[in-house]
Amino acid sequence: MRLYDLFQSTIVALEPVVRRIGYDRLERPVAAVEHAIKGAMFDCQMCGQCALSSTGMSCPMNCPKNLRNGPCGGVRADGHCEVKPEMPCVWVKAWAGAQAMMSENILDVQLPVDNRLKGQSSWLRIIREVRAGTLPRPASSARKAA
Amino acid sequence: MKTKGQLEAKLSRGEFVITAETTPPDGADEASVMDKVGCLKGLVDAVNVTDGAGARSHMSAFACAAIMARNGIEPVLQFTVRDRNRLAIQGEFIGAPAMGIPNILCLHGDAITNGDQPEAKPVEDVDSKGLMSMARMLRDEGKLPSGREINPAPGLLIGAADTPRDPEPGFKPAGLQGKIDAGADFFQTQFAYDIEVLKRYMTVLNDAGITEQAHFIVGVGPLISAKSARWMTQNLFGVHVPDHVIARLDGAEDQRAEGRKICAELVEQFKEITGISGAHLMAPRGEKLIAETLTEYKLRG
Repeated sequence: MRLYDLFQSTIVALEPVVRRIGYDRLERPVAAVEHAIKGAMFDCQMCGQCALSSTGMSCPMNCPKNLRNGPCGGVRADGHCEVKPEMPCVWVKAWAGAQAMMSENILDVQLPVDNRLKGQSSWLRIIREVRAGTLPRPASSARKAA
Repeated sequence: MKTKGQLEAKLSRGEFVITAETTPPDGADEASVMDKVGCLKGLVDAVNVTDGAGARSHMSAFACAAIMARNGIEPVLQFTVRDRNRLAIQGEFIGAPAMGIPNILCLHGDAITNGDQPEAKPVEDVDSKGLMSMARMLRDEGKLPSGREINPAPGLLIGAADTPRDPEPGFKPAGLQGKIDAGADFFQTQFAYDIEVLKRYMTVLNDAGITEQAHFIVGVGPLISAKSARWMTQNLFGVHVPDHVIARLDGAEDQRAEGRKICAELVEQFKEITGISGAHLMAPRGEKLIAETLTEYKLRG
């Protein structure tokens, strides 16, 4: 988790540069780089509202049912997917990843996806929202504080 | 007969029909439906129920139509391909006649991005012709695309939408023929206020044999003001309110009353045009306005 926090604070620190160049002008190149990196590392589907930090770095958009809040009832005994038996369940991997990251973010309820954001850069959105103070605080941080 | 409905019965006897339109209420009880649409009971042959018009949620069209049916108003249940996949839609095709809903109108639906929840996912599993062909297969062959039998098969009168336009030379109504080939038994159209354009359009349809194959119910409605008529011409796809009609509204002391009169005159003119089987009266949130127009001018479905 510390690694991800470091990454987020780094990209947020780039905000003045991003703002100077312009969010709109950066959208396509940044989305392309993001797709290349996250595609190679996490099989990212570019939903535009990245949940990787809450899902143990396992992309929930690879779930054949697109489940973003935990597994369905069809996980096989060997931890594989009921729809694609050759594939390990996205959410089995997510729980393992979250434990390795010692993160409780996986307990946060993910809201339904905003389909307008598909294909857009999540990084730019995080930068913009953190600076604007509109990035919703994960419930897990509230839990921690309590 | 394909259905147990009075709309099909009248159409097949060659009688002029009148249909109207309602939008399901933003309220979760039977009274919410009947308070809106009850005023049309006995005045029209059937009432269309819109399906998430403007890509906004209301009470489900199916529930609204079922409530109307048990209260003695025959529904034309509209189906869009935007919100449900084929499995969901097939289920409603089978359920519709079971709930006293004999007529359906197959549409694409307004774009989700124009609605009030643009973040939603558009389904669009099939297109409107796909809807019609599924409905026809269920009705005529009594089976689903998988081959599984449905017994008894759903008796449905299948409708499609159209937009009357001024036919340019050489215009062929291939789009209408395509919808008929996909299963359309009747058409309901966008607003047609330009009677001369409509006459030319209907001549082309008659010559092409369209009106022998499907019933043609032409859209119209009581205009509420000259301002509204201008807005419709500028903003609604395929709608043209001619200048002389707008001038009539502009010059009227009571524009709403003049709008009702213009509407009634147009309906009477439709009756004289070969190939037109009826009038489809629409007015946004205007069920009572339609009822007033029909009563005032003794237009009966």
